[in-house]
Amino acid sequence: MASSIPASVPADTLAAEAPAARGGAGARRTRRLVLAGALFVLALVLMAVAAPWLAPQDPLRQTLRGRLGKPTLTAADGKAHLFGTDHLGRDVLSRTIWGSRVSLTIGFAAVLVGGVIGSILGILAGYRGGFTDSVIMTVADAQLAFPFILLAIGIIAVLGPSFPTLIVVIGLSGWVGYARVLRSQVMVLRSREFVDAIHALGGSVGRVILRHILPNVLSSLVVVATLELARAIVLEATLSFLGLGIQPPTPSWGVMVQEGREYLDSAWWISTFPGLVLMVTSLAVSRTGDWLRDMLDPTLRGE
Amino acid sequence: MRGVLGFLAPKLLRALVAVWLVTTVVFVVMRLSGDPVPLLLPPDAPTSEMERVRRDLGLDRPLPVQYLTFVGNALRGDFGRSIHFREPAWSVVVRYLPATLELGLTSFGLALVVAVPIGMLSAIKRNSPIDQAAMGVALVGQSAPTFFLGIFFILTLSLWAGWFPTSGRGSWEHLVLPAITLGAFSMASIARLTRSAVLDVLRQDFVRTARAKGLPELTVVMKHTFKNAALPVVTITGLQFGTLLGGAVVTETVFAWPGIGRLAIQSIYNRDYPIVQCTVFLSAILFIVLNFAIDLLYGVLDPRVRPR
Repeated sequence: MASSIPASVPADTLAAEAPAARGGAGARRTRRLVLAGALFVLALVLMAVAAPWLAPQDPLRQTLRGRLGKPTLTAADGKAHLFGTDHLGRDVLSRTIWGSRVSLTIGFAAVLVGGVIGSILGILAGYRGGFTDSVIMTVADAQLAFPFILLAIGIIAVLGPSFPTLIVVIGLSGWVGYARVLRSQVMVLRSREFVDAIHALGGSVGRVILRHILPNVLSSLVVVATLELARAIVLEATLSFLGLGIQPPTPSWGVMVQEGREYLDSAWWISTFPGLVLMVTSLAVSRTGDWLRDMLDPTLRGE
Repeated sequence: MRGVLGFLAPKLLRALVAVWLVTTVVFVVMRLSGDPVPLLLPPDAPTSEMERVRRDLGLDRPLPVQYLTFVGNALRGDFGRSIHFREPAWSVVVRYLPATLELGLTSFGLALVVAVPIGMLSAIKRNSPIDQAAMGVALVGQSAPTFFLGIFFILTLSLWAGWFPTSGRGSWEHLVLPAITLGAFSMASIARLTRSAVLDVLRQDFVRTARAKGLPELTVVMKHTFKNAALPVVTITGLQFGTLLGGAVVTETVFAWPGIGRLAIQSIYNRDYPIVQCTVFLSAILFIVLNFAIDLLYGVLDPRVRPR
């Protein structure tokens, strides 16, 4: 498309699609937003790492006399509860901070699982083509056709909810994304002369893939992984909310929203704060992913 | 006619393989998930009674036999009797289906009716405050977790404002919050995509020509742009429908909406295999049929992909 745009087209028409890359007030705002998103993700990682030192209180300590306490700086026990206390008198802020650990651990681990499986299958499909490709892509189509949450619930019901199960299930739910992107890129790459040249020089397939194809698709991989991270975090929270993920009393944002659901009328803060943090996290991570995509690999836009 | 067949046959074949794979996976997972018999009987039931129930349900036969029976019956719409409801699974699911269709179609319609005009407006008034506000909301809508969105609406619009009931099905007021919750993601995606599709078209030479010959902007947009921008919008719309089916599970649970999503979750807890298989099978079929229809619609909208 871009080649058909005559030079006389005003710059803002072009800038509309990629405001971050051009000047203007809108572009500056977008850049600031992206920066804010990336900083939030960074802050979240730091928060997860430093949870034991950051959290003002023990996330599991119950105070029966301080149940369902409003967000306040000076509670009856003389402590500040910025996010209030829950139905067992636990500090919601401390639990939210600890919850970031659960979310990020499962999120990153699931991205790793899905990324490895998806990359291997995607490269295989793209490199081998033919029957292998058909089989892998048919399975991918079938998985996309499936309301995955049902499958996840089924598997978790069999194996019982635990950290490793959750990581594997959430990871498996995301492999198709990597496989599709890598497949199409590998297909293009393998028809290039340099691959033929390496083969002619006696380079093995494994060497071609590891040394020449993988570095070429790395930036796409990073982009997909970032977008998948947001999805994995939300899926963990959703499963935990349905009672199939992290089990109480471990603080997870999904569990906290579920626990607060019964008290929405009397203590709105129990559900609202962890839910809002989850929402902002998901937004910030996916914004960072969108931005990486625009920077590293604009061709992925349509995916 | 042969051309049409050549165009459709591979797609149809793929769709059928997908249905078969989905069914098989569901069968395997459900059978692995443990014995339902102890759940059905009191804990002190004698072994002979357990054996009898197991035989009644066909659970005593070898797995491959169970599987073949299952596939054969599924083709005839027979998923066996529900363990919990004690009637054919198919008729239970069909009873719950209208609620889900009502919710799904409403949110889908809502998403389209709201998102397409907003996306077009955003594209025409790009970088204006309207555009930035709309796209900001869309971004939030796209990343907001469905379950929390539902809780948030219940809190603010039901409990605080008192405008809508918190849960259940009945009057149109019951439908509003679940429909917005379920449709939020699709609405956001469709709005963003419409915007970029319209922007893409607005850059084309024929739009410049239309403007150059003095056509009013409204005509340029409605006659020359909209039809050309419809193609990517139709594609994503089909994909969104699949997301809707998955989202129905969560939305129905949050709002206690008596549809097949909530039924599926409850059936998983009850280990009621026939119901789970039936719901999943039905959702997969719905999704595949829909995408097939969209492939056909594609041919209508874009002559270039039509078979020659």
